[in-house]
Amino acid sequence: MSWQVHLPALVVSVPLLGAFISIAMVKPRLRNLWFATILVATTILAFLMWRYVAINGTLVYVMGGERWNLTLPSGMTLPIRIIMEVDAFGAFMALAGSIATLASGLFSVRFLDRVNDGNKFVALFFLLFAGMLGLEVTGDFFNFFVFLEIASVASFGLIAFWRDRPEAIEASFKYAVLSTFVALIFLIGVGILYGVYGTLNMAAIAKNMQVGFLEKLALVLFIVSLAMKSGAVPLHMWEPDAYGQAPAGVSCFLVVVGQASLYGMFRIAFSVYGQAFEGSVLAWVIIVLGLLSMFIGVIMAVIQKEAKRLMAYHCISQTGYMLMGIGLGLLALSSSQAMSEYGFTAMKGGIFHIINNAMYKGLLFLTAGSLFYATGTTNLNKLGGLARKMPYTTFMFAVAAAAIAGLPPFNGFVSKLLIYESSFVVHPFLAVVAMVTSILTLASFVKVFQSGFLGPSRDDLNNVREVPLSMVVGMMVLCVMIISLSMMPNWVLANLIEPAARDLVNQASYIQAVMGSGL
Amino acid sequence: MRPLSIVVRTICNIFAWFVAIFGAYVILHGHLTPGGGFQGGAIVATFIALLLVAHGGKSFLGWVKKEIFSSFEGAGLVAFVCVGFLGLSTTFLYNFLALKGGLFGSAVPIGPNAGVLNSSGTIALANIAVGLEVVGGLSAILIFMFLGMRYVSEGGKEGVKDDK
Amino acid sequence: MINNIPMLTVGALFVIGLYGVLFKRNIIKIAIAVSIIESSTNLFLIVLGYRTGGSIPVYTLAGEFKKMVLPTPQALTLTAIVIGLATTALLLTLIMLLYKHYGTLDVHEIRRLRG
Repeated sequence: MSWQVHLPALVVSVPLLGAFISIAMVKPRLRNLWFATILVATTILAFLMWRYVAINGTLVYVMGGERWNLTLPSGMTLPIRIIMEVDAFGAFMALAGSIATLASGLFSVRFLDRVNDGNKFVALFFLLFAGMLGLEVTGDFFNFFVFLEIASVASFGLIAFWRDRPEAIEASFKYAVLSTFVALIFLIGVGILYGVYGTLNMAAIAKNMQVGFLEKLALVLFIVSLAMKSGAVPLHMWEPDAYGQAPAGVSCFLVVVGQASLYGMFRIAFSVYGQAFEGSVLAWVIIVLGLLSMFIGVIMAVIQKEAKRLMAYHCISQTGYMLMGIGLGLLALSSSQAMSEYGFTAMKGGIFHIINNAMYKGLLFLTAGSLFYATGTTNLNKLGGLARKMPYTTFMFAVAAAAIAGLPPFNGFVSKLLIYESSFVVHPFLAVVAMVTSILTLASFVKVFQSGFLGPSRDDLNNVREVPLSMVVGMMVLCVMIISLSMMPNWVLANLIEPAARDLVNQASYIQAVMGSGL
Repeated sequence: MRPLSIVVRTICNIFAWFVAIFGAYVILHGHLTPGGGFQGGAIVATFIALLLVAHGGKSFLGWVKKEIFSSFEGAGLVAFVCVGFLGLSTTFLYNFLALKGGLFGSAVPIGPNAGVLNSSGTIALANIAVGLEVVGGLSAILIFMFLGMRYVSEGGKEGVKDDK
Repeated sequence: MINNIPMLTVGALFVIGLYGVLFKRNIIKIAIAVSIIESSTNLFLIVLGYRTGGSIPVYTLAGEFKKMVLPTPQALTLTAIVIGLATTALLLTLIMLLYKHYGTLDVHEIRRLRG
């Protein structure tokens, strides 16, 4: 038994420890060092966890058990204790999330010098980190709810971090009311499943699942709450406000936190309900959510004047791609022929899009943040001609914008192509909407690039300089990730994406890992 | 907030301490009776609230610095995570003290009985850590809300802005 | 019928809270409505674990009773209460800051973010 079996617990507890100790840090330099250390350490832990899962298969971890894999002590029919369960999909999400978090944290280090209560920022940041990773490693419904709430409470604080700005407080309040409400709805769903099956473990519920009225009701509650948390369209109105008002590093982070909720939705749809849920209603609901998010998000984005708000609307539209890709996979779940025909390609596209979106959307928010740092505004009408003054930022923005618009050499193109191909098989209309969305995305980012970075330089922006080194390093992390994802899509597809897609589809192995021999 | 009348203050001085003691009892007996770290901590925070209301914020903050509560909070949380880490040779949060005979290590006899205080292993330690955290956290919330109230009514001269 | 009264209470509380969140204009009332929904959820969990005639689920205090109510939903409820406390405190803090900035508690006047 190597120490690496403890990784699911460590990825949650190390950032928690980081959060609690950072409250007491007196010296800002020491705190910044601590911040960077814990960030890097947690990212390394997430990477090791991904590698362990890639080599040894699904990892289960019993919190406080006599042995780390004692999920089912002899004589028990249901697992006891809180069980963490990480398969390739969860490990992949944790890895993608921690890389984006690392970048946003490095970006925020300099930002901390501008505020006088940076300790609290660091503490909330790590709480959010722990909450996000917890969502991705847990195998227990109630634990999932707790991590959802940890992440929510931390993000309320982070969104309202500029508490001198009324808009930030307003955005945070809006998000807080909605998010608390949907978290309670989620808890009611958990209660219903507990009442029927007498357990909270996802794998144990999945094993005994027989879909009746109560299960359908619980499913509706789960989908509503997690769709809202991930910002899919009918409940998206908090997202532009929150992402637009939060500090830029936090906006980058909130993107991956939203994806963690998306992860929860897919986990419930595939691993808990899976093939027990007959018919294609659930899959079509997810696909239609995806279509709406894609189209309405991009339409709203085109008319925005404020850079961060525009990017937040694009974030909604990118969420649509993931929902559609994985929804198509769910549609094909019950027939192996459909799965090989279009389902698996769609899943690969959707999952590849998750990591792509985390990278380029995060980078876009960071460039918006550095625009704000340098000029004090993100209003596109007040910017112009910055390409000469901020060469690094301009380069990063160009890379990220090209990637999000799906221009050929970049990673966004690969994942979108996979989604187009597979959705065309199901119905051409889906592919058409996806392509139109992509074109509108390109148009809107050309507008931002043109009005923000090109054009004549403005007199009021004469003494703008490039942002400090640590911010450039933070952006560089994501930029390098985008370029390497673009350079070797085949390697990424074979080693990162396909295992994740295979594990997500394979409900039996998810159940087997917990309910198996009871080792 | 102004201090209340002398009657209230005197009665508070005498009886508020019982609230604190009861809270400490609930924390320490968390593994035996209903209650535990959070509930006991909330009771102790009530004690702080009583003092704050009866004596007014000005004199209360003259007795105690509010940083003390934040440090309680941090210490409790760190202690809790450390209890988890100490069990890491087996699993995270493993109960390494139970039934070992030492601190919190006795066994509880079978059948209905009053319980043994020195039992339950790390659960008791975790309860104490959580109790410390909740005392600090809830009191800090009360004090910051009190300061914020002044901040709102006096147009932002002091309170939340410069020290939260 | 009489056995369903707790569940009906859960439903009634939930509907009251939902009404408050959707239709009340005062933000403090909205925060109260969120807490009411929270209470209904907690009551729901407790009712799930109730068994007629069961005693408290503490082994050393249960006495002669053979039947206990389920302890897991009670633990869940305690956790949910703690989380609810944190969110309520945060909501109230945000309300205080909103009042400071806008000078009003009316949701219709607190809307600088739109579009």
